[in-house]
Amino acid sequence: MLLTAVIFLPLLGALIAAFLPAGEPGQHRGWAFFVTLATFGVSLALWAGFDSRPGAAEFQFALKVPWIASAGIGYHVGLDGVALLLVMLTTALTPIVILAAWSVTERVKEFLIAVLVLETAMIGTFAALDLVLFYVFWEAVLIPMYLLIGVWGSQNRLYATVKFFIYTFVASVLMLIAIIYAALHAGGSFDYLVVRDALRVGADAQKWLFLAFAVAFAVKVPMFPVHTWLPDAHTEAPTAGSVILAGVLLKMGTFGFFRYAMPLFPDAALQFRPAIAVLAVVGIIYGALMCLVQGDMKRLVAYSSVSHLGFVMLGLMALTAEGLTGGVYQMLNHGVSTGALFLLVGMLYERRHTRLISEYGGIAKQVPWIATAFVVVTLSSVGLPGTNGFVGEFLILAGTWLGRMPGTQLLAVLGATGVILGAVYMLWLVERVFFGTITSDENRHLPDLSLREAFVIAPMIVLIVVMGLAPQPFLAPARPAVDRLVTRMQEADRRLRTRDPGRPPSVGGQQPALALEPTTAPGALAAMPPAGGSH
Amino acid sequence: MDPKNLQVLVDVNLKSVAWFYPELWLIFGSMGVFILDLVWRKNRGRVRLLAGATLIVLACSGAALAMQPADAVSLFNGMIATDSFANFWKWLFLAAAALTVVISSGSQEFAPERIGEFFALLLAITLGMFLMASATNLLMIYMAIELVSMVSYVLVGYRRADRKAHEAALKYVIYGGVASGVMLFGMSYLYGLLGTANVTEFAVKLAALSQGFAGAAPGAAAATKLALVLATVFVSAGIGYKVAAVPWHMWCPDVYEGAPTPFTAFLSVGPKAAGFALAIRFFFGAFAGKMGATGLADSVAGIPWPAVVGVISAVTMTLGNLVAVVQTNLKRLLAYSSIAHAGYMLMGLAAVSATGMQSVMIYSAIYLVMNLGAFLVVILVAQSTGSESIFEYRGLARRHPVAAVAFAIFLFSLTGLPPFAGFMGKMYLFYALFERIGIPGGGWYATLALIGALNTAVSLYYYARIIRAMFLDPPYEKAAPVEASPGGQLLLGAFSAFILVFGVWWNPIVNWSARSLQIFRG
Repeated sequence: MLLTAVIFLPLLGALIAAFLPAGEPGQHRGWAFFVTLATFGVSLALWAGFDSRPGAAEFQFALKVPWIASAGIGYHVGLDGVALLLVMLTTALTPIVILAAWSVTERVKEFLIAVLVLETAMIGTFAALDLVLFYVFWEAVLIPMYLLIGVWGSQNRLYATVKFFIYTFVASVLMLIAIIYAALHAGGSFDYLVVRDALRVGADAQKWLFLAFAVAFAVKVPMFPVHTWLPDAHTEAPTAGSVILAGVLLKMGTFGFFRYAMPLFPDAALQFRPAIAVLAVVGIIYGALMCLVQGDMKRLVAYSSVSHLGFVMLGLMALTAEGLTGGVYQMLNHGVSTGALFLLVGMLYERRHTRLISEYGGIAKQVPWIATAFVVVTLSSVGLPGTNGFVGEFLILAGTWLGRMPGTQLLAVLGATGVILGAVYMLWLVERVFFGTITSDENRHLPDLSLREAFVIAPMIVLIVVMGLAPQPFLAPARPAVDRLVTRMQEADRRLRTRDPGRPPSVGGQQPALALEPTTAPGALAAMPPAGGSH
Repeated sequence: MDPKNLQVLVDVNLKSVAWFYPELWLIFGSMGVFILDLVWRKNRGRVRLLAGATLIVLACSGAALAMQPADAVSLFNGMIATDSFANFWKWLFLAAAALTVVISSGSQEFAPERIGEFFALLLAITLGMFLMASATNLLMIYMAIELVSMVSYVLVGYRRADRKAHEAALKYVIYGGVASGVMLFGMSYLYGLLGTANVTEFAVKLAALSQGFAGAAPGAAAATKLALVLATVFVSAGIGYKVAAVPWHMWCPDVYEGAPTPFTAFLSVGPKAAGFALAIRFFFGAFAGKMGATGLADSVAGIPWPAVVGVISAVTMTLGNLVAVVQTNLKRLLAYSSIAHAGYMLMGLAAVSATGMQSVMIYSAIYLVMNLGAFLVVILVAQSTGSESIFEYRGLARRHPVAAVAFAIFLFSLTGLPPFAGFMGKMYLFYALFERIGIPGGGWYATLALIGALNTAVSLYYYARIIRAMFLDPPYEKAAPVEASPGGQLLLGAFSAFILVFGVWWNPIVNWSARSLQIFRG
């Protein structure tokens, strides 16, 4: 019930907001802020109540109620550690986003209703344990996001929002087909747990099913080469839209791989893994290179998302405990640091009404607090030790290096160049925007952070530092889920190897001390030194 | 004739009347409304009075339907059958007719002097649709289709002063005439080959006929089979024309544009649903074997009609959607979209299974509400602006938020996005196809499902174009304000609520359709 309350609180808030007078934006802002804050408060109880010990139940706070019994569809929700982290990310980001959107003055009521509905859909996507329920939440995200970009976006918003909508919808329809097919071949139930255990399909069918899911998720991530909607959508969206898009929506894709595509179709996932890993590395490098040539700050941050999400995918495809943990951690990092970057860029935009880098320069003296915050966030984004970004990227690259996939070390090396390029484009951005001499007179009298903006950005900075210095509380809940996935994939790997004896083992790490051999208990990961303490 | 046999015939007919009260109400109600139309000639409130009278007739018919004994029986010497399957459709038709009466009584497209004849003829069409849903004899099928068609021709040309209405009515007559001629020709073949016009006896006769193939000369068997296939295709021309399936769809856009919009709305849901009712009864009743425990059936004597329907379905939805993309007149856009939706529903027919039937029934029920709702918005906007062009919808979200939000709900539902009811309708159609895929020889269903999914994506493009115009584009500076009567708004709200509620809680529709799968098979 607690989880259901967290899912539907924002929706309830939106319903009540619909009855508040449209002419009083202040009332709406206050109400929406209160609702999202309350949601965050309730979700803290989830965080506190989650048992991340190895023996604990896989899905906690579970609730299962028959919904359309005749079709095998149920309202089934529950959280594993990864979903818990992402739900927390969502509930934490949304009040910040609403606080940041105080400056929206046009159609405030509709704006906030859209954000609240979006929050319900996002939490629901992470919490659903029924394939139809998942699909419903997954698609329900589209409509509010379509409106957020289309109504409150900047000049080219119509093109961007239609592109975003159609891109993601086309991919998800294929997933719907795969969902129905999978459920029919799992005894007619749409329950995730039932399908995962009872799915009986041939190797070919499994390949197609995996592809249908993977394409839907890859578009959302977005992976190269289906990323082209993202720069447009990010750039044109209002600040709140960009933050939610980067902070949470993209994680729905990576989460989909982690929760659905890989565990449901492990054999096919292993077969497509090298291709996906290569695409992830291409995305890392391509995104970073594109960042180097952007003249628009938001577009630059958007392409940096392509690069960062490439890291997440590389970590997931490594299929080592480190890589997966790093991938999960990087999802959170990206939500925090890229979200913060979009917030800061939005603040600059509100002051100067331009996103062009060339319009800025030397403003650090005028806006020292914004500059400081921007530098801290940048350092997190490039993965400086002591910030959260370092933990994630280090685990991902280490996990990839230690993996058993053919050519994995080459991928790790190539991925590492992305870290270097990341430092180059981000630091260069900071230099061009904040340092040097002031070239434009309009930049001489910019106001610094207001109190509200300080409250917007402060939690992000705190998170960056805390997650960088003490990652353990954030890593711990993810571990059981990661272990289970590794075990599941190892079983699939063994199946493939009995069919094809020449095939080398490809799942898990190379060093027994770090990796999970099938003989060791899932708790063996506890032997891994806490990654945050390694520097 | 031997008087004893005659007595039996008369007895059967008299006994059948007990199951015929709903239709009788419509027959006499239609006449009654004509008379009332004359009685209230000078009355100022005649529109309301006549609408009320028509609604009462429909309500009485509904009451008779509710009180009717529930058993499946053959009536009038095998002309029609009554069963829970027919009743399901009859409820849909009554709902469509009642909603159309409500919508048109608030519409300015009907002059108050002539609205009585519209209501009376609407009741006549409803009667025709009732018969279409329960006809079990080739002649009765033909009669029922013609009853619906003839009255439709008249009502399409209702606006006598409008050139477009003339064009539409004439096109409708010509296409309709050709289609029913072709269908009648096919029926004559069927009668000649099988020796009976009773659809419920077809399956047995067909099985006997195909057993005879073994001993016959090889050429004779092939020729008979070819004749059977041709006859089936010809008969499906009549049905395809009613549901507006490609290649019998050409009348649809012009007729939809030319007809008074409330009647267009009715045409897009009522006769289309009746066409599907007839198609299911004809194909499942006559050309499919008994359903097994899994709910799957096979076509009798290896006639490849599921494949034919599948191809028609794929072509219909693809053409409908692709052409809809370039439309700027909303009535034409919705016409092509209704062609596409016929294509989706044909997927369920092609599956030849209990789920397939059920999915068509569920989809028809939901489609009824969402499409009537969409047309209602078109009517409201056209009344204020005088045009059905998509450009009149720019900035509708500011000019009339209720209409814009309701229209968005209907359009998202037509696309098949969750959590709207259209999503679950579409899901059941796909579900029906997937039940077939694992079975030997069912591989092509996967292709059909894929085409259906891609079409859904295409349809999003043009539905989203309207939503974009309403919510994202600014209104023209001189755009006329849009006003809707409280009744119209209430109706919009009710339709939207239906779509939203059944989008997340569709048990009632599913259970109702599952109970209504019983088809009289002789």
